[in-house]
Amino acid sequence: MSEPTPTTGAGSDGDVLLRVENLVKHFPVQSAQVFQRRRDVVHAVDGVNLEVRRGETLGLVGETGCGKSTLARCIMRLYDITSGQIDFDGHDISKLSRRRMRPLRREMQMIFQDPYGSLNPRRRVGSIIGDPFAIHGIASGQDRKRRVQEVMELVGLNPEHYNRFPAEFSGGQRQRIGVARALAFRPKLVVCDEPVSALDVSIQAQIINLLADLQSELGLTYIFIAHDLSVVRHVSNKVAVMYLGKIVELATVDDLWRHPRHPYTDALLSAVPVPDPDHADRRERIILVGDVPSPIAPPSGCRFHPRCPKAAPECVSTEPVLEPHLGDSADHTAACHFPVEEGEDLSKARPTIAAEQRIVETGILGGSTPGLPGSG
Amino acid sequence: MSVSTGQLVADPAPAAPEAAAARKIEGRSPWRLALQRLAHDRASMISLAVIGIIVLVAIFAPVIAAITGHGADQQFYAPIGLTPDGQPLGPSSHFLLGTDTLGRDVLVRIAYGARISLLVGVVATVITVAIGAVIGLAAGYFGGVTDSILARLMDWLLAIPFLLFAIALVVILGPGLTVVIIVIGFFGWASVGRIVRGQVLSIKEKEYIEAARSLGAGPWRIMFVDILPNVLAPIIVYTTLLIPLTIVTEASLSFLGVGVPPPTPDWGQMISDSQTVYQYGAWWYLVFPSLALLITTLAFNIFGDGVRDAFDPRGDQLFV
Repeated sequence: MSEPTPTTGAGSDGDVLLRVENLVKHFPVQSAQVFQRRRDVVHAVDGVNLEVRRGETLGLVGETGCGKSTLARCIMRLYDITSGQIDFDGHDISKLSRRRMRPLRREMQMIFQDPYGSLNPRRRVGSIIGDPFAIHGIASGQDRKRRVQEVMELVGLNPEHYNRFPAEFSGGQRQRIGVARALAFRPKLVVCDEPVSALDVSIQAQIINLLADLQSELGLTYIFIAHDLSVVRHVSNKVAVMYLGKIVELATVDDLWRHPRHPYTDALLSAVPVPDPDHADRRERIILVGDVPSPIAPPSGCRFHPRCPKAAPECVSTEPVLEPHLGDSADHTAACHFPVEEGEDLSKARPTIAAEQRIVETGILGGSTPGLPGSG
Repeated sequence: MSVSTGQLVADPAPAAPEAAAARKIEGRSPWRLALQRLAHDRASMISLAVIGIIVLVAIFAPVIAAITGHGADQQFYAPIGLTPDGQPLGPSSHFLLGTDTLGRDVLVRIAYGARISLLVGVVATVITVAIGAVIGLAAGYFGGVTDSILARLMDWLLAIPFLLFAIALVVILGPGLTVVIIVIGFFGWASVGRIVRGQVLSIKEKEYIEAARSLGAGPWRIMFVDILPNVLAPIIVYTTLLIPLTIVTEASLSFLGVGVPPPTPDWGQMISDSQTVYQYGAWWYLVFPSLALLITTLAFNIFGDGVRDAFDPRGDQLFV
């Protein structure tokens, strides 16, 4: 804990708090048929590489079901991972047992999406926020109460409400309770799994500002999952765009917004509402066709090819690697054979692959818009 | 709204003037709310009072014996306690509820019988519920093989014809109070286990369980600190509804002669006994023990219904 021992040797720089290499998480599913039992596998996360540096915020965006939350839960080791490696603060945590993982849990915490579901309705707020202390056997009695009340004050809760129940708080306050619980030990890494998507907009701003203030105050590192791109843009330094269990583009916020390289990123960004109606009218919206394919049988090659407006035969046959394109810096990588150039209008692009390899629009409801809030 | 803005400011200053009042800020727990609802339900309160009286009668059974001057096992021969031809005597100023086939005071025996009924009713139920709750928790939480084994065990127990097996068991183990309690507990926990398991299955998917795991909590802590309080309401409700059932079960076993052995006074045994003399007009020996049993189970049942309504006012969560 005090002295991180590098596990990866060369290339590990002390600034990197979390490194994820080739992370794979498959969920076996059994289709319930009486006489034949088929074992299918959901490829929830399929070979993800990530680096998060100390003090920065990595935004993680993507459509509902693309594996964002699964990735977060793998990093938190709430799920056992199928393969790959997770280095946290110099420790390889990918195969640690629950017992060995325990001391490290003080240093990595999670803030959950649903402020109603994530707080035990039968327990008092003081005892919920005191949970980390109770579980790790730190501070008891009056001492614990004092420390819990300190944290409550830190997140803007009235410490006198120590004895109340979660049901007696509003959604925003409940999310503050969740934040307080996660920050009780001043962790190094906080994984925020859509921390504001269940709140209404005015409260969202409060919680986001709270998280930002706490980050500068306590020197926290965030992984911030969201499907609201404007929120991600506001809080993140770097953004990773996920599609069907893979990261398709990874860049700093400014870079990503200025020149998205992956057609999917471009489509996502074009779906962000613009407050100026004149500008919104002029803008070309890229409407993707169809839904995200089933992660049980992901498409070959580039997983985006059935919906991609630029799809070419190469996209069907070979899988693109995550690498810099078109003179981008090493920090801006995208997995695409035909990256989007500046000024290119994707809404006019037409795929050059056979129709049966694409998702064809069926009926009037065939087209789906990425970036719309879903349940995550 | 004014309250919430006050809380949103991290500055402790606004809290200062209300400090005195704030000392009293104490969340109203779901339990307290339920108890308040229960206290406002008249039927439950009346039945609770009846239960209280029965408990008092059981506790002060020796006092009742002393007042009447008749011991529980004391036999009064003809002509004091029996008719000259050996039949029980009807209610009189001497024997308020009449005498039984052996010339014993029915009133005193009902009072002592309350002890057995309540003891078995409460103790056997608590054992049943404790076993069922722990096994249900384990089955629901661990899932997988553990769940399969425990769930099949519950199915198996629920499929057994209880009375036949209970009789067989008592025959093997020999009659007695402890045996009755064990038999009832052994066959009863499966239904509790099933209810708890079902509840646990839905609760363990909640995000707060995931939160506890992300904090590093182990399975035991999650089961007993996070899940148990959330299944306690159905457990309590089931317990209050199970007590009258257990009392009736005990009476049935005694009625069949495999319960508490004589001469210990027991309601089921008395009802069984009364059959031999009922046809000769000794109605009191049948009616009074039956009434005692009826009133007790009715009081517990009405109280249990009240508890269920109090804990589950919408009537949609606990039982399907």
